[in-house]
Amino acid sequence: MSDPVTVLEEEIEKARHPFTEAWEMFRRNHAALVALVVLTGVVIMAIIGPALYGRDPYDMVWTPFTRPGENWDFILGTDYLGRDLLAMIISGTRVSIIIGLAAAFVSVFIGVTVGALVGFYRGWVEEVLMRFTEFFQVLPTLLFSMVIVALFGASLPMIVLAIGVVSWTAVARITRAEFLRIRELEYVTASRASGARNGKLMFRVILPNALPPIIVQSALMVGSAILFEAGLAFLGLTDPNVVSWGQIIGSNRTYFLDASFTVTIPGVAIFVTVLCISLVGDGLNDALNPKLRAR
Amino acid sequence: MDGAVNFLRVTLIRVFYAVILLIAVLILNFSLMHMAPGDVADTIAQAAGGIDAEALEQIRREYGLDQPFLVQLGRYIGNVLRFDLGYSFFYSDKVTSLILSRLPATLLLVITAQLLALVVGVILGVFSARKPNGILSHFVTFLALFGYSAPVFWTGLLMLVIFSLMIPIFPVAGMRDVTIEGGFFAQAFDIARHLVLPMITLSSIFLALYSRLARATMMEVLGSDYVRTAKAKGLTNRQVVYKHALKNSLSPVITLAGLQLSAVVSGAVLVETVFSWPGLGTLAFQSILARDTPLILGILFFSALVVIVGNLLTDLALRLVDPRVGGKK
Repeated sequence: MSDPVTVLEEEIEKARHPFTEAWEMFRRNHAALVALVVLTGVVIMAIIGPALYGRDPYDMVWTPFTRPGENWDFILGTDYLGRDLLAMIISGTRVSIIIGLAAAFVSVFIGVTVGALVGFYRGWVEEVLMRFTEFFQVLPTLLFSMVIVALFGASLPMIVLAIGVVSWTAVARITRAEFLRIRELEYVTASRASGARNGKLMFRVILPNALPPIIVQSALMVGSAILFEAGLAFLGLTDPNVVSWGQIIGSNRTYFLDASFTVTIPGVAIFVTVLCISLVGDGLNDALNPKLRAR
Repeated sequence: MDGAVNFLRVTLIRVFYAVILLIAVLILNFSLMHMAPGDVADTIAQAAGGIDAEALEQIRREYGLDQPFLVQLGRYIGNVLRFDLGYSFFYSDKVTSLILSRLPATLLLVITAQLLALVVGVILGVFSARKPNGILSHFVTFLALFGYSAPVFWTGLLMLVIFSLMIPIFPVAGMRDVTIEGGFFAQAFDIARHLVLPMITLSSIFLALYSRLARATMMEVLGSDYVRTAKAKGLTNRQVVYKHALKNSLSPVITLAGLQLSAVVSGAVLVETVFSWPGLGTLAFQSILARDTPLILGILFFSALVVIVGNLLTDLALRLVDPRVGGKK
């Protein structure tokens, strides 16, 4: 008869680290894996691309509307001011990614806070915050952020805020659902019985266990924030001195009948990036969702 | 009898919440206007090419801008209740009449796009649910990914490049060709021709959502007991799918469609701007460009009103149709 303690130790030895396990699941999703590689490339481009390529995206370097392939110095051609389109897209990557990440952070922060409170407390806190969430659900998101940016200026922080403030309701909904489910579980009752305060219960006991779907949703939020920024920039609601993907499309839109490549090519950058983010989100869902793991 | 009383009670509660939401939107609207740098007097002064400080004060007094915040707020809400959303200095017209004049074009675009997305989405979803590994099912997955990832204005511009420039079958912009004369049918045909591209573009966002949901619910319903019973009774596959299963898989799709109203408004702004469709979306875009605060806030309020009323109606309709929807929330 072996000592139960050693059996337990052997079991622990055998059990892999949760991250390893999640990575194994993620790796099985080939589309997500490819998307992750592409996305890493995009991020690297955002970090070192401008320095590597070296050409100033604001410089008027050549005849306006040079077509892609017409002059190999400007592979993707030039825009309506004769600026190098490739240089603009490379430097736009940084802006679009930063805005996407920052806006997603804002909306996840608000969404998790509101969702946690609504899911944890009953009574008037729940009632008031539910109405609050509903209020933001009925405001047409794009119109509302258009108004914010138009009234308070199109600086980058204001744009981040305008996107974050309108898009947190999805995160709140998911967080609330998880909290409602988890707060009834035994280990929560157990820690409540052992004297844990509400704050500790919410953020140290329940939240870590509610994280998987929130992480997946947060990844998707980055993609939709990039789309959102592109939409605002397309409408001209952006800092005119900062090149972003949507802004390239918006500023060239008037001329697209003569030079459609100035709007189609930057669009491909947005499309590919957001597509990869949602594929990675899919992979994360496989990796983090324990219900699927049984398969 | 008890059900009817209950329905009435739920309806009243819902209407009460809707009214509170509307008032909240009004307060937000007014606070935004109040907090924004520059007021109506400044706008007028700018339009007049600058006036002296005394005249500026005069205008502020006339418009009641020197009153305390709450007094102004009360007056604003009172005005809105009388369908007065203020005056647009850019268009020199009442905000309400501007909105109402642009409303038909937007309604035409939005309703046709939603119908297209619903019909095609449900058809695609049902077909692909019957063959989960077929080509169509993969197509639905692809469509869902595209619909989620492609910026809608980019999709619109691509449509224009393909179907107006490379193969010129559809017009580039607008809603009607002023040179076309003729009777009702010639006019209607002209509008329909202008409508095709914006309609398809706007529906592309929602098509993805609906087809995926329709596939998921259809697959769930097809695996349920009553479908097995129906099959056991000897009904054909076709009868089971279209008479039994379809009815029950529609209700989640309709719920989702109702919840999309706010997204529809956002999509309409971008699509209308791309195609210069003369609706509320382009009006919003132009009022932003012109910094026409009363107009843009009027549009925001009006859209919120539409979303609130729309959600209320969807909710109540579902309660009537589907007895499973009930309880609180």
